[in-house]
Order: sequence, then structure tokens, then C-alpha cells
Amino acid sequence: MKKCIRIASGQGYWGDRFDAPIDQVKEGPIDYLVMDYLAEVTMSIMQKQKARDPNAGYARDFIPLMRQLLPLLVEKRVTLITNAGGVNPVGCMIAVREMAEKMGLSGLKIAAVYGDDILSQLDTLLHSGNALKNMDTGEPLQKVRSRVSSANVYFGAIPVLEALQRGAQIIITGRVTDTGITLAPMIHEFGWSLDQWDLLAAGVIGGHILECGAQASGGNFLAGWKDVPNMERIGFPIVEAYPDGHLIVTKHETLGGLVNEQTIKEQLVYELGDPRQYITPDVTVDFTSILLQQEGENRVRVYGVKGSPATDLYKVSISYSDGYTCVGHLTYAWPEALPKAQKADEIIRKRIQYLGLEFDEIYTEFLGYNACHGETAPPISNPNEVIFQIGVRGHNEKALRLFANEIVPLVLTGPPTVTGFGGGRPRVREVIAYWPALLSKEMVTHKLLVIEVI
Amino acid sequence: MKIQLIKIAHARSGDKGDTANIGLIALRPEYYEVLKEQVTAEKVKKHFGNMVKGEVVRYEMPNIGALNFLLHNILGGGGTMTLKHDAQGKTLSTALLRMEIEINPVLIDKDS
Repeated sequence: MKKCIRIASGQGYWGDRFDAPIDQVKEGPIDYLVMDYLAEVTMSIMQKQKARDPNAGYARDFIPLMRQLLPLLVEKRVTLITNAGGVNPVGCMIAVREMAEKMGLSGLKIAAVYGDDILSQLDTLLHSGNALKNMDTGEPLQKVRSRVSSANVYFGAIPVLEALQRGAQIIITGRVTDTGITLAPMIHEFGWSLDQWDLLAAGVIGGHILECGAQASGGNFLAGWKDVPNMERIGFPIVEAYPDGHLIVTKHETLGGLVNEQTIKEQLVYELGDPRQYITPDVTVDFTSILLQQEGENRVRVYGVKGSPATDLYKVSISYSDGYTCVGHLTYAWPEALPKAQKADEIIRKRIQYLGLEFDEIYTEFLGYNACHGETAPPISNPNEVIFQIGVRGHNEKALRLFANEIVPLVLTGPPTVTGFGGGRPRVREVIAYWPALLSKEMVTHKLLVIEVI
Repeated sequence: MKIQLIKIAHARSGDKGDTANIGLIALRPEYYEVLKEQVTAEKVKKHFGNMVKGEVVRYEMPNIGALNFLLHNILGGGGTMTLKHDAQGKTLSTALLRMEIEINPVLIDKDS
């Protein structure tokens, strides 16, 4: 058994800094690279792409990244685990295999983890008594069934673990939890049992620390952002995992960034609900058990983590179409920037009435004045400029298009000293709403395909 | 004496649907008890006023000197539905740190 393994975060979300994963592999020793690509909206977009082209439906820019990354991963013997497969992990795997063959990387094993995409099984599930009730509202899925565009269960570490046991070095998954892709290599390397809850919980904490990339290593760091070195080449976090379940969070020395107790604390509380009940498919974690200790420069020990048995349910993430939004803005300059912006708001709202446009919501904000902090912010007198932002949401697309036409004319018809209309008419966007539900684990089977490059 | 929370705490906020969470973290271990006593769910709800439409729930994390707040129905529907500029509530962290609390002056550095 290895004394410790080093798992590196390569990406906090799809669109994160492109060279971070390359730096993670190049700048020091790591054993695993984990990369998160998926959000709720992403799954819906990918389903649409797959409907047009059966070979599509995964993160397209993963392929050009792999052109750079793949030879490095092979050379340094780093295993990559990523959910870049979206709604077509097998398609993604085939594209990577083609590239690997051209590069002459024979013997490389690539895995696809799938079975999480339950869109085509939805009606069968609904007819067999799984109402897929909305976890927040309790309403049955039938209410929005005709508008559903994607449906995926969140798998945990187990299917990734099986891919590792089959010797795969590149593991491409569909919907797998961010924490599962970090936990799986620990179970694999240290031979943990799937009921050693404290150990599994420690692995999940490792995943929670890595899942948002540099947010654990000096990015978005409120307590000391001015002291973070070289943010232009910030080192993404690395978790050193040990067989007894303690972790050391660190980063490559040659890169920027900062790892201390405060950067870790800020990430621990990120997107946290009830800290005693952090539910994952693998284990339920108690965040009030986590202990931190600075062990050296950019090294924080994470230990004492407690877990309890996993539930017998999978979380299901369903997306559905729910109307449209359109948000427009204009910039008003001193003097009286705020009263001008307020006048613009009044005019647009009167135009909406005059044109007989109906919306579910109309919402105005004054950026530069109090858009972020609302009524918690004290008033400021005579700001140098204010951005007037007005948005509407509704189900009548035509009404939204007519609203979009109303913003720019204010430049010549409304209050003076106005700019910021260079983008032209604001875009009308489809609302992809999110429907969280639960499903018994028995109802879904994960699938695994491992191929070897010839 | 009265001080703003930003003198004794840091924070990070994020979203889960239409709910925002704010993790409020003591800058020093001795400030945790002050946070626990002074920053109640009721006070946070009052601080955000009409911005938060639903209830505010507080959880204690003495192990890292933090309180975690869930602010329900504060993100205008959340996700892609919201019309808010700060759609994910990323800046609500420092909105909370504007809050004024009562603290024993002995606990505060003269230079802070």
C-alpha cells in the first residue's frame, strides 16, 4: 500500500483557468488529477447537443485540452478522473481513444462511467410509482414532465472505484458527485471498506476542499486576499491522503496561491447546508467533526472527520424549460446618476404597461449603488456613475423580444449622459429550471466500459 | 462597544437553488463565542430585511469557529430563473459583515 497519495484539483467548474490542470501535472508530483465540468444547466445543453448529433453531448473543449494533457498524464503516470462525459461519456471516451491511438499511447486504458442519465427511463419510473417529487416543494414531476430536458442521478465513488480496479488511467464519467471522484482513489489505494464511514467521510471532505479549484488555495479569499502571492498563476489545491483518513491540503511550491487554516475554513463552509448532515451517495458527513492544524507553509492537516451510513437514495437532478428572461442595462453618469437611472426605470415600466406586455416578474437594480448588498448597504450621495439594470421573466417569448427592443431607445429618448449600450439589444434567454428529487438506489444501475488503446 | 462584524469575522457565501448560505468564521478562536451570542438567526433575518423572503436558519460549527446561515428565498428564484445581478449570492458574505454587534472592548486589539 502507498504511504500517501496526492490528488490534485484541475478545474473548479467548466470554464475555469485552462492551464491549471497542465500546471498541476507539470509542476510537481501528483498521482491523481480530478476535474469537474458539470452544472445543472450544462446537462440540459448537452442533451440538446446530443439530440442533434448522437456523437455529441460531452464537454467539447475537453478534447483539445487532452491533446496537451494526455502525453503528460502518461509520462508522469497520473490518473485523470473527470465528469467531462456529460450525457455521453462513451462518446467522449471514443474521441479520447482516437486521439490516444494517433499519439501511439498503446496500452492506455480509458473508462467510461455511465447509467446516470435516466431521461429515457423517466416515464417507466413515473408509471412504476416513483413520483420524483420536488424535494423543495413536494410537487410530483408529472407537473412539468413535458418540459423536462435532462434527468441524471448523482453517482458516488463506487463506479469510479470499479474503473480504477480495472486499471483505467483516464476515467470519464457522467453525473458523479465532485466528492466521489476524489474519494474513489483513496478507497482504491488504501483498501477502505464501503462501511468504514469515518474514512469515507474524510475522503468526501477532501473532495469538498478540491471541488471548487483555487477557492481552497487563495482564490476568492476574504480574510487575506491581498496577501495571496502570484494570483495570475495561482496553484490549485492538492490533497495528500493517508490510509488512516487524515489529509494534508497543500499546493505546488512553484505556483502562486496560499493554503492556510483560513482558506480551508472558507471553502469548508461554501455551499454548505446542515453541517451535521452533509449527504452524499457514499456517506453522510458531519462537518462539525473536522479539525484543522497548520503543519507548515501551505500545508494544513485535516483530521478527526466523522461519518455515518449513507442513505439508500440517490439525488436526482432534473432540468426543465420554464419560460424566458431578458436583462438589459444602461450606464448613467454624474451628476444625479441615481435619479437618472430611477427615471429610466420608471419610463421602461410605463412602456411595458403601454405596450400591454405581461411578465411573471420585473426586477430593477442599480449597480454601483446597492445591487449586491441591497438594504444592508448605506446610501451614498451622488455616485460618479450608476448602471441601471432591469430584467423581466415570463413565458411569452414574443413579449420578451418586445421588451428587449425597449432598452437602447432610452439613449435618445430618456434622461441624459447615458452610455453602455454597445452590446445592442439584450438577449432573450431560456430559463432552465432545476428540479431536485430522490430515487431509490435500487432503481438505477451504473455501467462501466473500459477499453485499451491498441 | 459596537463594532461591525468585519472586525472579528470573515465569511463566504454561495447558493443552493433559491437559498443562499453564509458561512461566518471567527478571525480568532475567542471571537466565536461572541458570534454565537450576538449573531442569532433572528438578527440576521432582521439585518437582511425585505431581501430575504423566507426563514433564516443557523447552524453552529465550534470546531472551526464558524456559524452557517441558510437564508431561504433570497435569490429571486435562484438558478437561471433569477433576475438578480448577484445570482448566486456570492457577495452576501460581506453584506452580513456590515452588521453591527456588541462586544467587550477587552477582546478587541487597539490597532484593529
